[in-house]
Amino acid sequence: MSLSAKDKLAVKTFFDKVASKAEDIGSEALARTLFVYPQTKTYFSHWADLSPGSPQVKKHGLTVMNGVLSAVGMMDDLKGGLLTLSELHAFMLRIDPANFKIINHNLLVVLSLMFPEDFTAEVHVSVDKFLAQVSLSLSEKYR
Amino acid sequence: MVEWTAEERAAIQGVFNKLDYESVGRESLTRCLVVYPWTRRYFGGFGNLFNAEAIMANPKVAAHGIVVLQGLEKALKNMDDIKNTYASLSEFHSVKLQVDPVNFQLLSDCLTVVIATRLRTEFTPDIQAAWQKFLAVVVSALSRQYH
Repeated sequence: MSLSAKDKLAVKTFFDKVASKAEDIGSEALARTLFVYPQTKTYFSHWADLSPGSPQVKKHGLTVMNGVLSAVGMMDDLKGGLLTLSELHAFMLRIDPANFKIINHNLLVVLSLMFPEDFTAEVHVSVDKFLAQVSLSLSEKYR
Repeated sequence: MVEWTAEERAAIQGVFNKLDYESVGRESLTRCLVVYPWTRRYFGGFGNLFNAEAIMANPKVAAHGIVVLQGLEKALKNMDDIKNTYASLSEFHSVKLQVDPVNFQLLSDCLTVVIATRLRTEFTPDIQAAWQKFLAVVVSALSRQYH
């Protein structure tokens, strides 16, 4: 399910439009991940406050979203571009890759509530494919 | 048995109160067929499903979207026993329709995305949690009679 030229264009156009809201998108998606899927909180036992709107959630949400935005620029070689981030997730963070699907789902929910007119069915399929490819590339160094 | 808090019941009822079955049903099914194109295998009799525009305009998709939401309403009305309420529906999906249960989650996710576009910031994290819990119970009940 690799990205066609049409997918890449749809992804780039959409994310260029929404990039300025990176912190809102990322922090909201992370907040919902922690809240709706409480098992994900196990990765953040070192945080004082895991509630939506907490400064740590906001800051980390932006970090995650900046990662997604940088991946938009790497669509011609996601595996290569995300190698270092994959090593980080595989060897240091050791987040089970099953969780990538969870945050992806919440990214889609947040993008659709924030940008209902732009997040059409066609944009939805391209973004879903893109996020799946990003997850695959992030999983690359796990084993 | 599934336990529902008063807040969860209110949240789920609240979402239903805001649902235009025709619009949300049509768009959810359309998104499912567009985002997961292999799901079209179950709709051979629906005519033109070749692209997003065709799917969105397809009257059979629209009609079926309403059927799906009416099915969900049954679960809403029987929240304390969705498992048994859905026993024959589950049997039907298994034996007659032969739908891979994986698809129930795919359609659920599309429904959640569409509801997010309608409710926007009203679709708070706790409403999302209650709604997804409801859908998870529905999905589980629908998958139960498979053999």
